[in-house]
Amino acid sequence: MAEKRKKKLGIKQRYSMLTRGLDWETSYQPMDKVFPYDNYEGIIIHDWEGWEDPFRLTMDAYWKFQSEKEKKLYAVIDSFAQNNGHLGITDARYVNAIKLFLTGISPAEYQAARGFTHVGRQFRGVGPRVACQMQAIDELRHAQTQIHAMSHYNKYFDGLHSGPHMYDRVWYLSVPKSFFDDARTAGPFEFLTSISFAFEYVLTNLLFVPFMSGAAFNGDMATVTFGFSAQSDEARHMTLGLEVIKFMLEQDERNIPIVQRWMDKWFWRGTRMLSLVGMMMDYMLPKRVMSWSEAWEIYFTEAGGALFEDLARYGIKPPKYADIATKEAEHISHQAWNIFYNYTHAAGFHTWIPEKEELDWLSEKYPDTFDKYYRKRFEHFAEEEKAGRRFYNDTLPMLCQTCQIPMGFTEMDDPTTISLRSSEYKGNTYHTCSDGCKDIFDYEPEKYIQAWLPVHQIYQGNCGGAEVADVLKWYNMNLGADNMDYKGSPDQKLWDEWQAHRVKA
Amino acid sequence: MSVISIGKYEFEPLDKVENFHGNQLTYINWEKHLMFCSPVCLPLPSEMPFGALVKEVLPGVYKKHPDFERINWDAVKWTLNGESISPDMSASLAENGFGHKSLLRFWTPGLDGIEGTHS
Repeated sequence: MAEKRKKKLGIKQRYSMLTRGLDWETSYQPMDKVFPYDNYEGIIIHDWEGWEDPFRLTMDAYWKFQSEKEKKLYAVIDSFAQNNGHLGITDARYVNAIKLFLTGISPAEYQAARGFTHVGRQFRGVGPRVACQMQAIDELRHAQTQIHAMSHYNKYFDGLHSGPHMYDRVWYLSVPKSFFDDARTAGPFEFLTSISFAFEYVLTNLLFVPFMSGAAFNGDMATVTFGFSAQSDEARHMTLGLEVIKFMLEQDERNIPIVQRWMDKWFWRGTRMLSLVGMMMDYMLPKRVMSWSEAWEIYFTEAGGALFEDLARYGIKPPKYADIATKEAEHISHQAWNIFYNYTHAAGFHTWIPEKEELDWLSEKYPDTFDKYYRKRFEHFAEEEKAGRRFYNDTLPMLCQTCQIPMGFTEMDDPTTISLRSSEYKGNTYHTCSDGCKDIFDYEPEKYIQAWLPVHQIYQGNCGGAEVADVLKWYNMNLGADNMDYKGSPDQKLWDEWQAHRVKA
Repeated sequence: MSVISIGKYEFEPLDKVENFHGNQLTYINWEKHLMFCSPVCLPLPSEMPFGALVKEVLPGVYKKHPDFERINWDAVKWTLNGESISPDMSASLAENGFGHKSLLRFWTPGLDGIEGTHS
């Protein structure tokens, strides 16, 4: 008789067999040499086994789960393409949000994959290593599926043809690029604090919810389905973010000030980057979901507030300058849109002045700021355009040394004065846009003096030539198609033709 | 503070003045005229007279604003790197105290931007 078959392992047991006890204490080489990066940042770990896996997922379950989601996603993407889904969107202006996403966010997903692959090798504790390896695969999958989901638009609309190339060169894409480069060149614990905690946990809802509900509101089913397909991954990423913070804080109280400083830094860097999302929500969606300030209230003030109350027991305070960021929520989308309106001749997507009802919506959503500071400016631009003088700013902007955004943000106690800070380091001057960015520079000046600031690079002659046209060619942009106002663009022309056919039909 | 790193961490700044082909970077901001979204950045020779900056450079930057032609240049208030200055129009930028990456801000009293909104 054959031996009686053993009962199947329980989930917990099975998980432990598949993820634990797979490595060993090295003897030919000291462990510190095998894992040279996981203690130089000053984070003290007494017991790597203290890591609690935020999600008990084994590799085989992961593959199975992901491939099922993939099948559904690609079925929807195919049907979107076959049914000419692009004709069902609210308005071709919407596609500009997709252009921003595909050039600014999708390449950043790939950078996240690189970052997690790196730290997934560098922790001597197996728990965090496995979690990071899985997230690395997720991030790579997100980059791919986003590109696939949005590629349909590339058949008809401009500006979607060269995302990764543009990501490395274009002036406003240096904002997410420098964010991810900064994170990836930090140590593994800072990387996890920046991407897993500050970005994925604290701020992710302010990125994904606006883009995905924006897609849903505007008839973009391919992108919505990507969003659903990524949702369960994002939930895992968020729990990883919180776990790594708790792990560091519980291991040694000397870790607390280090973690606090990283939170302050990455919260601020994150909010600066999200100003691009704010303008997308308030200006680029023909059918609006909610205002940026409403999103900030729900996802940061309320949700973030509860989180930091929870972390207070470890001695962690809410991020420095969170109060400033909350005040900025009333202004930042308008200021960012103004930046892009000024420089649309050098951008890979279109801008425009909102229609009257859209301006009314902004007045209603921003009763304390929009009419007082911004509406007249945009109405003036509209009049100039009507008179055949669409305003473009002919001189390149001054950039912040830290976040690399043109210095278009104002003081919050005086929203008509630009916020300007500067520091001296080894005989040179460095300008920053805010106390948050200045603190980051001052703490690690040696890092930020290497910043590849697009405007300075153009003036040094490193970007294809001296004329805007030369630089745009170097960006691989199609002049007169990818850039300039939406009005008069080939995108608009094509869209209007489709609409005319539809009326006839 | 300095970077905590796994080895020696010293780098040349990317924006040293010698990288700009004989020019130095100058940042300029016309205050309370936020139709121009941010200060601008220009590579200028340090020997350029301040008067040439006003007469030849600033119009190219700001003339699209309806307030620009109404500026009374004698009444303009200037700051350079945060300090009030009374620039000498015939002296060079260097003689007026401009260095690499200096920030020049100017206020034009009586001009409040588009419909008084500082735009």
